Amino acid sequence: MERNLTHIALFAALIAVLGLVPQITLAAGVPITAQSLGIMLCGTVLGAKRGALAVLLFLALVAAGLPLLSGGRGGLGVFAGPSVGFLIGFPIAAFTAGWIMERTTLSPGLAATAASVIGGIGVLYVFGISGLAVMLDKTLPEAAFIAMAFLPGDILKAVLAGMITQSLARMRPASLLSRG
Amino acid sequence: MLTLTSPVEIWAHQLPAGVKLGLLALATMGLFAISTPLPLALAALAVAALYASGGARFAITGLRLLRPLWPFLMIVGLWHLWIADLPGGAVILLRMMAAVALANFVTMTTRLSDMIAVFQTLARPLRLLGLSPRRLAIALALVIRFIPVMLDRLTQIAQSWRARSHRRLGWRVLVPATLAALDDADRAAEALRARGGAD
Repeated sequence: MERNLTHIALFAALIAVLGLVPQITLAAGVPITAQSLGIMLCGTVLGAKRGALAVLLFLALVAAGLPLLSGGRGGLGVFAGPSVGFLIGFPIAAFTAGWIMERTTLSPGLAATAASVIGGIGVLYVFGISGLAVMLDKTLPEAAFIAMAFLPGDILKAVLAGMITQSLARMRPASLLSRG
Repeated sequence: MLTLTSPVEIWAHQLPAGVKLGLLALATMGLFAISTPLPLALAALAVAALYASGGARFAITGLRLLRPLWPFLMIVGLWHLWIADLPGGAVILLRMMAAVALANFVTMTTRLSDMIAVFQTLARPLRLLGLSPRRLAIALALVIRFIPVMLDRLTQIAQSWRARSHRRLGWRVLVPATLAALDDADRAAEALRARGGAD
């Protein structure tokens, strides 16, 4: 039981740290924050339930007043802002990614990439775009157009989540709790 | 670690956190119920007056917290100029600024520990689902404690990368970082069990 608790807490910390470190050049010299990569990894490594709880714990600390979102954002204000849909989508994205990871028999790398694309992009964007549409009073296609700016980076992160999960599976198979 | 609580103590710091959160919820619902520019402008002015009551330094910090809204301000502003619907754009932007600024005001005037105490009270019904308040408290404390630890670890990993490679820091450093998080979790679990467990 303690292991579940500490894994959830440590991965919540990992999401925060990935948001605080901007200087990692992910590919092609474009520095992007790796926060949503952390959300994907929560799902692919910890599995559905633990992954979602880790994200919720992270969001609780953001709401409590820690500036842990990428760009040093935080506090209650971000939950009243236009990107609230993405925040609501975060735990559901991690849950979906973990759920897929737990159920496919594909190799870990492939499964994690697919899970990250479906959960970390598909599901997340449904919530994020709906949120933008409501908060900015736009139609869904208009809101989707705004969100498209983030799509290339997120596809890259989904591939990276797959590669990192693959490496973890190879280096230490027991570490993938989603495949426990 | 730094929090968003303002070091400038103002009158609103004295109010109980639960009261502020309740008022914030009501006011936010109110803001979203209004859909004409004039009342929203008055509401935004009232929020600005709240910040002004804290003095110049407090107000400037508050203004800085609104910076992430810039891109949205630009997009919506230009869009509504383009379709020549200025009142519509004003409603959206005034509401957005007022709602975010008001929420930030509560964050700026409430200590982290007070806010977490309210969350724990609100989470009490979750005991029925197996989440005891003690477990939640341990989890929150663990995250706060381990963020600087993991930040240091990532810096070390990045330094050893730079010492060995002429290439720029790549995503590969995230593998040992994730592995370290998993190891830390195992060790923290053992330490917790050795001290009587989480329950």
